[in-house]
Amino acid sequence: MNDYLKELISSGLRSHDRGNFDYREIKIKSDVIKTAEGSADVSIGDTRVLVGIKLDVDEPMPDKPDEGNLITSAELLPLASPDFEPGPPNPESIELARVVDRALRSAEAIDMKSLFIEENKVWSVFVDIYVLNYDGNLFDASLLAAMTALMKTKKPIYKDNKVIRENLNEYLKVNNIVVSTTFAKIGDILILDPTGEEESIMNARYTIANDGNNIRAIQKGLYGSFKEEEIDNMVEISFKKYNELKLLIENATK
Amino acid sequence: MEKPQLIVNGLRLDGRKPDELRPIKIETDIIKNASGSAYMEWGNNKVIAAVYGPKEALPKHTGDPEKAIIKCVYSMTPFSSLEEHGRSGPNRRAIEISKVTKEVFENIILVENFPRSEIDIFIEILQADGGTRAAGITAAAVALATSGIPMRDIPYAVSAGRVGDTVIIDLNKLEDNYSDADMPVAIAPRNNEILLMQMDGGLTREQFKKALEMIKNAGKVITKIQREAIKKPYEDLINKYGAKYE
Repeated sequence: MNDYLKELISSGLRSHDRGNFDYREIKIKSDVIKTAEGSADVSIGDTRVLVGIKLDVDEPMPDKPDEGNLITSAELLPLASPDFEPGPPNPESIELARVVDRALRSAEAIDMKSLFIEENKVWSVFVDIYVLNYDGNLFDASLLAAMTALMKTKKPIYKDNKVIRENLNEYLKVNNIVVSTTFAKIGDILILDPTGEEESIMNARYTIANDGNNIRAIQKGLYGSFKEEEIDNMVEISFKKYNELKLLIENATK
Repeated sequence: MEKPQLIVNGLRLDGRKPDELRPIKIETDIIKNASGSAYMEWGNNKVIAAVYGPKEALPKHTGDPEKAIIKCVYSMTPFSSLEEHGRSGPNRRAIEISKVTKEVFENIILVENFPRSEIDIFIEILQADGGTRAAGITAAAVALATSGIPMRDIPYAVSAGRVGDTVIIDLNKLEDNYSDADMPVAIAPRNNEILLMQMDGGLTREQFKKALEMIKNAGKVITKIQREAIKKPYEDLINKYGAKYE
């Protein structure tokens, strides 16, 4: 199976007649969980990721007393793949959460100052990434879901030392839309949006998050390496894909 | 907290030019029990790297019949930063750094030579001043070379970043805290293949190219320091006993 896939990819073909730099079908649905302040369900092909957003009152970080907090975590649920096992976060899920976190933070996607309540009290925004079905490319699916969910997040009200979470109409202030593109290198071939099968034979992975103007986060993964020309190529494609992905988010958050 | 002005009259707060590295010193074989080790001072960073193995992979089922597995632990002492006492045990940042560091060495070590075995790489940050993951990788590469474990190349790592419109190399802690971008990269100098790349902040495509260029230039300096450190014990021996072997 692996040899067959490698051969297929090195001859320029991909399953489902997909071009090397094409995404699978992407579906985004927002507001899928009523108990969360914001949520989104994103599928890229058979990969499916759910993100829920909760806001709680917290203390600010000592070096940023006038800003809220952003806490991102990822769960690779055992129900999502026979290869995922229950237990505490492993390096893979920590990496996934931290890359999504870096992209949101670097792009200043959320207006962190708008989360200030009063001295020593700010909102903490919890972004919880739940992988429901694994078929590759969790990075892009997770960031799409996080971004969409944040744009549809309603801010609770803090009044008389109590948090009110019902009948809200003020949205969380989102300033910037950031998306990511993830590539796999199989042999010497680069492909966008790898499936689970393709990820099982990739030698390296490269994720670029951009906001249309700036590169906002990069993460190279696995033992394989990249030439500079390959990186230039991936950066170029990443910027080309920005509008396409942004449009999908905008349509889902209208 | 007020953001300090990081570049004044074209110079950085520690007096460096934008493309200037901090001083780097490397000493090898400082942990006697290890198969290979290195102590490094990179600016105000103090780092120890030690390598154990190749040895039997344990527990046995973790062994790979086709190659050695690499284990890597990056850790910071609780007294390594100017902030409060650090917590014990690996935090999420350390787990991520251990993972990407491991992946650098999976590429560079001839793992296929050692089936069913493991090679352990330990990186301990004694004193931190920004760029510790780059320092750790650079030091671990030297520790591996002195251990005699065969490698395709001796990789180096360094970080580039941006302050306003200026791209700078080798950010210290203060610059790291207030910079507009930070991008640690590890490279195999022989063919310039990129083994690690992480980035946060913001870089235009042009700034990204400039940063990569600066990293490769700095790499020439770092590579030379690494090689001299690896050779030094042998040169010392030659200086001491050389005449006898002539």
